[in-house]
Amino acid sequence: MSSSALTGSQAQRAATVLVPRRRSWLPERTQSFLLLLPSFVAIAIFVYVFIAMTLYVSISNWRTLKMDLSLGQPPYATYLSMFAQPRFQADLRNTLVFTILFMGLAVLIGLALAILLDRNLRGRAVFRNIFLFPYALSFVVTGVAWRWIFNPETGINLFFNILGINPLLSQFGLEPLKPGWTTDPTVWLQVNKVLAAVWPPAAGLRVQLGIPAAIIPVAIAAVWQLSGFVMAMYTGGMATISDEVRQAARIDGATEGEIYRHIIIPMLKPVTISIVVLLLHTSLKIFDLVFTMAGPGPGFATDVPAIFVFEQTFRATRYNLGSAAAIFMLVLSGLVIVPYLRHSLKEG
Amino acid sequence: MTVEPASAAIKPAARISVVQGFTWLVLLLALGFYLMPVFVMVNNGLKEATNVSVSTMWNLPGQLTGGGFAEAARKLWPNMQNSVLMVVPATILSSLIGALNGYLLSKWKFRGADILFIVMLFGFFIPYQTILLPMVRFLQIIKLYGTLPGLVLVHVVYGLPITTLMFRNYFAGVPTELVEAACVDGAGIMTTFTRIMLPLSIPAFVVVAIFQFTNIWNDFLFGVIVVPNPSAQPITIALNNLSGNFSVDWNVVMAGALIAALPTALIYFLLGRFFIRGLLAGSVKG
Amino acid sequence: MVTRRRSVLMLSLVLALVLLPLGAYSATAAGPSGGKLEVFSWWTSGGEAAALDSLFKEFAKVNPTGEIINATVAGGGGTNAKAVLQTRLAGGNPPDTWQVHPGNELLGQYVEPGYVDPITDLYKSEGWDKVMPKGIVDQMTKDGEIYGVLCGVHRGNGLWYNKKVLDAQGITVGATMSFDEFFKAADQLKAAKITPLCVGDSNIFASAQLFENTLLGVIGPEKYLGLWNGSVKFDAPEVKQAMTTFGKMLDYQNADHSALSWDQAVKKLMDGECVFNSMGDWAYGEFVKAGLKDNVDFGWVGHPGTTGSFMIVADGFVLAKNAPDPENTRAWLAVIGSKAGQEVFNPLKGSIPARTDVDRAKFGPYHNWSMDSFAKDALVPTVVHGSAAPAAFQQALFDSVTVFIVDRNVDAFATALVKAAQESGFAE
Repeated sequence: MSSSALTGSQAQRAATVLVPRRRSWLPERTQSFLLLLPSFVAIAIFVYVFIAMTLYVSISNWRTLKMDLSLGQPPYATYLSMFAQPRFQADLRNTLVFTILFMGLAVLIGLALAILLDRNLRGRAVFRNIFLFPYALSFVVTGVAWRWIFNPETGINLFFNILGINPLLSQFGLEPLKPGWTTDPTVWLQVNKVLAAVWPPAAGLRVQLGIPAAIIPVAIAAVWQLSGFVMAMYTGGMATISDEVRQAARIDGATEGEIYRHIIIPMLKPVTISIVVLLLHTSLKIFDLVFTMAGPGPGFATDVPAIFVFEQTFRATRYNLGSAAAIFMLVLSGLVIVPYLRHSLKEG
Repeated sequence: MTVEPASAAIKPAARISVVQGFTWLVLLLALGFYLMPVFVMVNNGLKEATNVSVSTMWNLPGQLTGGGFAEAARKLWPNMQNSVLMVVPATILSSLIGALNGYLLSKWKFRGADILFIVMLFGFFIPYQTILLPMVRFLQIIKLYGTLPGLVLVHVVYGLPITTLMFRNYFAGVPTELVEAACVDGAGIMTTFTRIMLPLSIPAFVVVAIFQFTNIWNDFLFGVIVVPNPSAQPITIALNNLSGNFSVDWNVVMAGALIAALPTALIYFLLGRFFIRGLLAGSVKG
Repeated sequence: MVTRRRSVLMLSLVLALVLLPLGAYSATAAGPSGGKLEVFSWWTSGGEAAALDSLFKEFAKVNPTGEIINATVAGGGGTNAKAVLQTRLAGGNPPDTWQVHPGNELLGQYVEPGYVDPITDLYKSEGWDKVMPKGIVDQMTKDGEIYGVLCGVHRGNGLWYNKKVLDAQGITVGATMSFDEFFKAADQLKAAKITPLCVGDSNIFASAQLFENTLLGVIGPEKYLGLWNGSVKFDAPEVKQAMTTFGKMLDYQNADHSALSWDQAVKKLMDGECVFNSMGDWAYGEFVKAGLKDNVDFGWVGHPGTTGSFMIVADGFVLAKNAPDPENTRAWLAVIGSKAGQEVFNPLKGSIPARTDVDRAKFGPYHNWSMDSFAKDALVPTVVHGSAAPAAFQQALFDSVTVFIVDRNVDAFATALVKAAQESGFAE
């Protein structure tokens, strides 16, 4: 701490704390800004300028490999065409269903595992490591493995035979359990008719609004991949809850279950919010997993907007349609993220 | 106080074993669920090409002859090197810059800093399809297209928002008095950062580095678009190449998948404890 | 003084270092030597990679010191590769040469935007105009200039079957097959609890292929060609009839079709779990790899109704405009079109040569059959592999087939295709 050059001013500074004084060649605030500038500029270009370029393409006429940047007539024509496509409508339905399933299961399972492992079990670390392991894998790897597992002829369906479930069912005269998983084009709980009663144009929709059965195995694979991460987050969160809180509750006569329900879980709310935002963001732009595991699926039962963008841009070379879908994905993400960001901005 | 522990010791004793038993059961079932795909990959990776097919996927390999691992390792080794050469610098750079940014944004705020940060954070959430074509054009203009440094640049820039966020949250939990004390001692912004903040942030650094390493290692989209030359590509793309166009050697693919997953898996098994501890340090808060 | 001499020395050293490599690029009299050739394709697996390699070896005979960069991207029947290629082309950074399908893919995606140079002179100097059928050369010609050379031709309209199972059921397949015969056999198999039709459409192209073959079989080659120039509309009665027949065939397919890739479906056929598979003859390579014998374990016939037609699914290469090394590229193209090149490439790839003067003895029974057909049958382009129509229409077809498989709505299918044809500009 022998700052010879500053000994003189040290006495002066002893009286003040963190006042931006011109003691160095630039005020600290400006230094801070300048140090941050390269990052800001990089993001400005790589995110905002690029998005603007894509936005422009989405309202242009560029539909083949030959670049055609003339404006569409009307500019939003591509967007209209996009929403009118049964495939895109199916994508919206699938994203909604997948998101609810995936997030619900991942949070529940992650929380449950975190709670179960919260006790001093032997081999706790081993369990944690194994549950967290899938997070380390690439989505491509996961997709390939789970595609095999959910194959309707073999895969997990064989287990229903081995475990004796199917023989049991046939004893009762019931159909053997052999779900089609990702090959099943059925859409459960179709609400087309109900919707048409309220909103007549809905009768013309070719896409079936409901829960596509095929998206369930995809959601399961995604849960497998990410629930360990959720568990880790909750474990970390629970560790910040001091023991005294629990002891106090126990003294008051609360059971372990009640402690968790009424104290620990509510205290974990910030963690839950983080988790929900991260998972939501993942599920809105999911691509690798769905693509390798199921592709667009029978009747587009597992198609998602990211696959739509990929195919329209790189297979069909319809750059304006692909860009429009990409911008739409952006807007969708924005609807989720902007409130969250505003909320954290308020919290400082 | 003497009465309570006694009764507390008697009653829950019977309950604990039921609860514990139930816990163990659930955990073991979960174990099965989580390990099953790994079993599928290892099992089929060990088979010879002619034995492997979807209908025999649960059968154990007849003999243990290394299966697809030898060939997968041979094919993937150069790409493994590419991945390491690309991922390590990208992880370190994005983590370091993120640390600096996080530190500045939490301790040295200027007017509009928070808004600028939010604007930057939005970059983490964009779907990358939105920027693919403009990004390639840009890389070609600055002559980094098709190179590993170009890929590093891309991963660093798109990693900045999340690393900045994680460090900002972490540093927000570090008492400002430390910074003030350093200022009193005459340290500037950067000196405080390098001498005090950075060493303090090791737990967060580990978490951020693991997070970045995993994401960048497992990336497919950027890798395939930015680096078209197969000998220069990272391992995820090479793994996809193993799957060929019309016919697939599934045992090599399964083995290759495991090999590609090995580094990140090792990190998790060796450093998983630190990852969780890092979470304890509050590096990612709500 | 000393410093001055040293700086002169430094300068000459630097100049030498800069100018020396330039000397290496001076052209030599005979064919190209040295240099690099970047060959871009999506041939990354088994037989394809071996076939590509054989061409590299032939090229090495012409240019022993040249370096070949084998730029491949796998996956999705070329979609990943095409994505990478497009971004490179749009950015002015082309490979020297790349894999193309003739027809619309070549002309619409690469010739029209000006990404490739013509090689008409090569056709004359190498004598290809005499040995390659006009039908396929036309698919690479625009305004009198030819833009690519084909290395091999696959046949798209094939129907493969497990001969052992058919023999066991007492069903014989002749040299041709009609739809009636197919459905009769299929019913018999269904009654015997054997799945008649194998389909693996996790990549939907396989079902689109089945549709395309059926369409050709129902409406015939002339009307089929008419679809692509707008003279026949997609909601014409015959086309709708083809769609209905396609739907009927789907009733006989395996339940797990959308879980399997096309080659997994062929494997099922080989295992005897299903019997027929409509696929191009890249499927032949699967049989060979599994060690099965032509006409003993498996057999083939033209897809029902398509005898007399040959659906071309061909691969070729082009010369990039502003290719980094045009001389080596032209030498490469010459190798591809040469007799030697086609004779080593095609047996490994499983396709037949584009040249008609090759040594037949190098090819097995299936390929000889295919070559006979190629020589005399009506040649038609495939839409499923990008030749007959623009990529946007191809995608619309894929999407429509996906929906049709589930809802079997022929009218909606036809309307969707009519609309797509209008939007793609080849029909009004």
